Amino acid sequence: MKNIVIIGNGISGITAARNIRKLSDHKITVISAETDHFFSRTALMYIYMGHMKYEHTKPYEDWFWEKNKINLVRGLVSSVDTFQKKVHLKNTGEIEYDILILGVGSKPNKFGWPGQGLNGVQGMYSYQNLENIEIYTKNIDHAVIVGGGLIGIELAEMLLSRNIRVTFLVREKSFWNIILPPEESEMINRHIREHHIDLRLETELKEIVSDNDGRVRAIITGDGEEMLCQFVGLTAGVSPNIDFLKDSNINVQRGIVVNKYFETNIPDVYAIGDCAQFETPLPDRRPIEQVWYTGRMHGETLARTICGEKTAYKPGPWFNSAKFLDIEYQVYGIINNHLKEDEDQIYWEHENGKHAIRIVYNESTLKLIGINLMGVRYRHDVIDRWLKDGIEVKNVISNLKKANFDPEFYKEYEDEIMNIYNSKFPNDQLNSTSKRGLLAVFTN
Amino acid sequence: MNKYFTFTGLGIFIIGFFVFVGSLTMSDYQLSEIIIKDQGEGEKYTALMESSKSMMGVTYQSNIAFINDLRTTIENANNSIIEKYSISMDLAAKISERAGEDEKFIYKQSIIDELLPAVDEASTYQNKSLKDYTGWMEGKKYSTKEALTKELTGSIQSINNAISYQIAFDSYSAKNLVFSITKASSLGILKGNLKLWLFLSFGLMIIGAFTYFYGTYSDVPAGIKNNQIFMDAITNKGWLGVALGTFMIAFYIFLYFYPEYLTNWVLLMDPISYKLNGGPASHWFLYGFLYTLAVGVMGIRMILKYRHNTYQIIRTISVILFQTAFAFIIPEILAALNKPAIDFKNIWPLDYDFFYSYNLNELMESGFLGWFMLGWGLALIIIAVPVITYFFGKRWYCSWVCGCGGLAETLGDPFRQLSNKSLKAWKIERWMIYSVLIFAIINTGAVLYTFFTGSYSLLGISTESIKTSYGFLISSMFTGVIGTGFYPLMGNRVWCRFGCPLAAYLGIVQRFKSRFRITTNGGQCISCGNCSTYCEMGIDVRWYAQRGQNIVRSSCVGCGICSAVCPRGVLRLENGPEKDRLNVPELIGNESL
Ligand SMILES: Cc1cc2nc3c(=O)[nH]c(=O)nc-3n(C[C@H](O)[C@H](O)[C@H](O)COP(=O)(O)OP(=O)(O)OC[C@H]3O[C@@H](n4cnc5c(N)ncnc54)[C@H](O)[C@@H]3O)c2cc1C
Ligand code: SF4
Repeated sequence: MKNIVIIGNGISGITAARNIRKLSDHKITVISAETDHFFSRTALMYIYMGHMKYEHTKPYEDWFWEKNKINLVRGLVSSVDTFQKKVHLKNTGEIEYDILILGVGSKPNKFGWPGQGLNGVQGMYSYQNLENIEIYTKNIDHAVIVGGGLIGIELAEMLLSRNIRVTFLVREKSFWNIILPPEESEMINRHIREHHIDLRLETELKEIVSDNDGRVRAIITGDGEEMLCQFVGLTAGVSPNIDFLKDSNINVQRGIVVNKYFETNIPDVYAIGDCAQFETPLPDRRPIEQVWYTGRMHGETLARTICGEKTAYKPGPWFNSAKFLDIEYQVYGIINNHLKEDEDQIYWEHENGKHAIRIVYNESTLKLIGINLMGVRYRHDVIDRWLKDGIEVKNVISNLKKANFDPEFYKEYEDEIMNIYNSKFPNDQLNSTSKRGLLAVFTN
Repeated sequence: MNKYFTFTGLGIFIIGFFVFVGSLTMSDYQLSEIIIKDQGEGEKYTALMESSKSMMGVTYQSNIAFINDLRTTIENANNSIIEKYSISMDLAAKISERAGEDEKFIYKQSIIDELLPAVDEASTYQNKSLKDYTGWMEGKKYSTKEALTKELTGSIQSINNAISYQIAFDSYSAKNLVFSITKASSLGILKGNLKLWLFLSFGLMIIGAFTYFYGTYSDVPAGIKNNQIFMDAITNKGWLGVALGTFMIAFYIFLYFYPEYLTNWVLLMDPISYKLNGGPASHWFLYGFLYTLAVGVMGIRMILKYRHNTYQIIRTISVILFQTAFAFIIPEILAALNKPAIDFKNIWPLDYDFFYSYNLNELMESGFLGWFMLGWGLALIIIAVPVITYFFGKRWYCSWVCGCGGLAETLGDPFRQLSNKSLKAWKIERWMIYSVLIFAIINTGAVLYTFFTGSYSLLGISTESIKTSYGFLISSMFTGVIGTGFYPLMGNRVWCRFGCPLAAYLGIVQRFKSRFRITTNGGQCISCGNCSTYCEMGIDVRWYAQRGQNIVRSSCVGCGICSAVCPRGVLRLENGPEKDRLNVPELIGNESL
């Protein structure tokens, strides 16, 4: 029985703990400075908006941990001593380990803007950040959000729910266009404005201006425009939360450097989740993976290794999802913001400008590369299989209805997509066949 | 959100609501001879006329005082009748004495004619009853005088006790009498202008509600908007929620047990009732109207709130139509035609009195239509429930057709997040709901036993007492008072989740033999918890979703809200082959394993 200590009770650390428990009888201790219990970071926005309370964001009931002999410690690790195999807690002593897993997550980026430390200037990552946002946005009338990514738009939606006027500064030409292709990005631009958010594209933050009490009073944009506001949300990305490891001999660059087994340079020390940086990134993948799903997969995989079955990280086809105000987004496979050299696509958009489907395939082999969905839900298992089997776009289009995952009675768009295909491939006409919906009950 | 409209709407609604509640105190009450005459004919009504003299012409400002006096009046009428018809207790000893004259104590009915000759109304009744009660004693020989006296005293006591319900007003008809006299005795501004007050109460509430909805939804893009739900006092068990719960609980208690205090509301219904069935309203008409109105108005809110979601729109239209047509209008029309006023969509054992003798008798005496209704009811139980549930899950009933479900999905929608999601609650739920199912079956078995054998005692237990307990505990207290009154405290499906025996039956089919399931979408779940939070049945949907397991639960009513609120498109209600329904939990995406 080994003594395993995990720093971080986020999705990566907790998944590791749960899976180690499933596979073994090791002693497991999870340390976190943030909250007593695991909660869903992705649900932070809903707490602020009053859709849920903190209680509801905990995926497991509180008795779960004791029942599964997962020991929870609340505390901040101030340093790690890899020679003596100990972690030091701020104020509350030290904990020894045989194996140390670092799942310490991220922190919001701050790029050295003047005034970024003022009261009323907040990133949004942790539960404590949320508490501050709650305090600083009480009875205010105008907020500015800096940084047009997924967390930025969530923060905008949050503030709207409290009837706070929002100005949204986005450095790029169009919302999240480093990831989204132009049409989807433009769709979200429109949707943001439909919600009466003042979207400022190609606008950067230059400075945050203080009032006499050290609280934000205004911001100044790159063009020198001053905007009065009582709150500034900094959502220009996140980076690994590893400052406390600076003095240890664990190798860190932007994140904690690991190989495909999540091993750091120090034996028995591993890193997973947002804070891990792959020495050699997997093909088509980033060196640091900052999403919920990858954190979970890291944890599942590492648990195997720790329990004796050394397992390399090998994720399947990429997928992700998000929600931009009212428009849901799903992606399967890798869709770049612009087609690559040998790629071609079929793009369909609903006339109301709120639904779109983009199917990208290899121009010469015609094999499916990925599907981007706005305002439409598709089945993960079906497309995952298609991607792994490398099926041709023709078969994708003819079977597209099987991938649809929208609720019953929703309008289906697959026939329209087939029409686009048919006009693009005049020599290869496809016919709509498969049924779905209520009548399908009696046919399948 | 358009604040002008929401504020105005709320204001108008509150005015209407206060008029509605205030209308309960808006009448004066005065009894008249005509009112008593209208109640019926016979000895007891004559006695009532006599005892009500002191109330005649007196104007009461409050219904409480009026009802108190009225109750006393009815009691006095009963007492005078009892006094008139009671047999004197001395008679027992006298008869024994007479029978003992030749020292044998042989009982003979001829002694009755001797000592209690039938000369007038009262003595005729007494003479006849005593003969009826003692017929079996004829010629019987008693060893002592005391033994005979004791036997006779018992009989006389029984006879005297029976007067109160044979000649006088029994407690049930006394209750109805209080209600109908109070209603008829109302005077004043309300009664004179029923349509005006109908507008000022219901009219304003409806206008206010729609204005509020317009303000809430008109200038906001469609989408999931549960903003502030857990900060609002009404939807988060704050003081307003508690106040609303208390109001609804009080309403149910008055409706079921003291409707005589609600006669002004029933009066307001008269214009509508006359239009619909040609007669005056009862308190059950009031209830039906309120229920249907709540489902309709809050159903429209539901449709506006989920206007981007076709499943929700169609489902809500369905519950509104079933409630309006099947539960409200059709039974009223049937009643007006003097036919059995049944609700064609109500299914045993939720329809707990389907097998009660009065229902069976009524149906069997109503010709072809009655027999059809009987067959229809049986077919629903035996064929419709298993077959339709096999294809679509129990949702076809619970969230598309049922009245209780209809109210829960419309009026109750703002409270769905208050259901308890803990494992413990699930355990309690299973114990309770199956207990109620067993209770319902026992109750039905007992009444059928009585129906077929005529015997009121089954294994030493009185079938009437089983029936009475079921009626009080389950149908009044659980379904109404707790089931609806606790919406703002325990969520909108308290009854459906913990109590409904039909839901238990549907659930067993759904769990073990159905094509219905909620499919989870590969590895897309982010464990946010929206699905579990908004599950009115308290199912911890996330627990399944985050491990990639289909949701196959007996309690799921298929409302589809988990799927609607999921921000990542993880959940889909589906009917499909049984084969892969109970799937091996799998999260797609990690090929390392
Ligand atoms: C608002 C928001 C919305 C998001 N939405 C999505 C989404 O929709 N989909 C998606 O895929 N991803 C989303 N993400 C990203 C996703 O949440 C993260 O990738 C994921 O939570 C990272 O998990 P983790 O286990 O690596 O780290 P974390 O969840 O960050 O957990 C790390 C924990 O370690 C603790 N810790 C760190 N250092 C110490 C120390 N020295 N001592 C003690 N404790 C320490 C931290 O306090 C924290 O509790 C979102 C992130 C945010 C902030
Ligand atoms: S709402 Fe969707 S994403 Fe959130 S926990 Fe439920 S299934 Fe998962």
